[in-house]
Amino acid sequence: MQTLTNRAKPVDRRPMTFMEKMYIPAIAKGMGITLKHLFQRKATVSFPEKKRQFSPVFRGLHVLNRDEEGRERCTACGLCAVACPAEAITMEAAERKPGEEHLYREEKYAARYEINMLRCIFCGFCEEACPKDAVYMSETFAPAMYERKGFIYGKQDLLIPNPKTSSGK
Amino acid sequence: MAEEKKLFKVKIDNISVEVEPGTTILNAARGIGGDVVPPAMCYYSKLQGSGGKCRTCLVKVTKGSEADPRPMPKLVASCRTTVMDGMEVANITSPEVLEARKGIVEFLLINHPLDCPVCDQAGECDLQDLSYEHGAEGTRYEFKRRTFDKIDLGDHIQLHMTRCILCYRCVFTADQLTASREHGVLDRGDHSQISTYIQNNLDNDFIGNVIDVCPVGALTDKTARFKNRVWFLKPVDAHRNCDNPKCCGKVALWMRGDEVFRVTARKDQYGEVENWICDTCRFEKKDVKDWTIEGPRKIDRHSVISQGHYVNTVKPKDPLVEVLDGRQPKLLFDIHTQSEVNRPTIDLSKIDGPAHSDDFNKSQS
Repeated sequence: MQTLTNRAKPVDRRPMTFMEKMYIPAIAKGMGITLKHLFQRKATVSFPEKKRQFSPVFRGLHVLNRDEEGRERCTACGLCAVACPAEAITMEAAERKPGEEHLYREEKYAARYEINMLRCIFCGFCEEACPKDAVYMSETFAPAMYERKGFIYGKQDLLIPNPKTSSGK
Repeated sequence: MAEEKKLFKVKIDNISVEVEPGTTILNAARGIGGDVVPPAMCYYSKLQGSGGKCRTCLVKVTKGSEADPRPMPKLVASCRTTVMDGMEVANITSPEVLEARKGIVEFLLINHPLDCPVCDQAGECDLQDLSYEHGAEGTRYEFKRRTFDKIDLGDHIQLHMTRCILCYRCVFTADQLTASREHGVLDRGDHSQISTYIQNNLDNDFIGNVIDVCPVGALTDKTARFKNRVWFLKPVDAHRNCDNPKCCGKVALWMRGDEVFRVTARKDQYGEVENWICDTCRFEKKDVKDWTIEGPRKIDRHSVISQGHYVNTVKPKDPLVEVLDGRQPKLLFDIHTQSEVNRPTIDLSKIDGPAHSDDFNKSQS
């Protein structure tokens, strides 16, 4: 059979020699490898205390952006939802009423906007699809929980704090 | 003398077709079909007198006729130019035409706002398709775009004049379909706008068809305004026995689950309405029980509307019940306990106009 790479090694099926039957040298060799790794630099970090730095392109939890005046940028166009391969994003749109101009940037806005973090695969397509620069992926990830119910992120979880009032709502 | 009618032989992009005298180049091209059909924003085959306004259907006549083989000096609007015997027309084979069309799209988009994310027409908009296929990437226009205030034409139609490209289709529709026309084009040049005189309400029957003929999102259905995006809705063919003798009752329903979000007339491949429908069918029958559903509507597979892949889908059998000896799997998590979207208590399609903040807040209490 033709091998795919030149690194393939045929299985050695010869009977073992006396030295191999003793196993001791092989065990010593294996323990030597273990001992060597004890003194090497660790590949892991002890996670909650120590955190690795994320790369600048890391795709973490989503945030919904506001503009300079603190108005919501999202206009519920549905492009993130249609781009989402996991169908994690759902929304319901509403029309801006007179007097709500300081809250919403466009005449249409997302009255409801939800991302199901259980479904989300953090591919970043929503961020790419957004024509209004509203969805961004931050450098944090969804915290682990014992139940499913905390993973539906609504607008109050996703929206960044208002820079004008900075009350968070 | 039963003499056979003489047919004119026309060559469009080197494809020969025989058409009756008096046919326009555009209709001859539609007889061929496919890529050689020039796009049209203002021409509407069901409306008399339409066409000749938008210039997107410009073609090059390389040979005038058999008798006079000189080419026409300028590009001509194919929706208004009738064929001659032996005429040769270049549409997509002529780089001049494609260049001109690119310019026309830029002109049409000069005052058109780029608010497709807000606009309800997005996804089924002729101008969106046109600029995607023929337009340039950016505009060179540096000045302020013309804006108008929104106008309510009656209870059901919203006029967003800012988006209008002045194709006059709605004016012809009102002229030819309804009892009396109450809107038209006011002012001239850059100021010209579709409007009603002193905000006259449009409440003639059949006036709802202006929504369907509008190639852009200037005239939109207020009962479906901002309710959903077209690509999340499933268009199905449906009909009902309408009392109105002029109305055929054959429509396309835009549904999501059992909710009817929008009723429109059925449109053919050129985006033209097949049969006009009355306002009762369009605006007041938003219940599945009112309709006899015929089946899913055939949508071009390259259209964003077909992204849901709802045609010919086979739902696989759930093997879990069999494996569990007939027991239903235990539901660990009901989405409605957490999710605020698609709440069973609030039916968006039943709200008269667009939803507002109080519609959502009311449901919370």
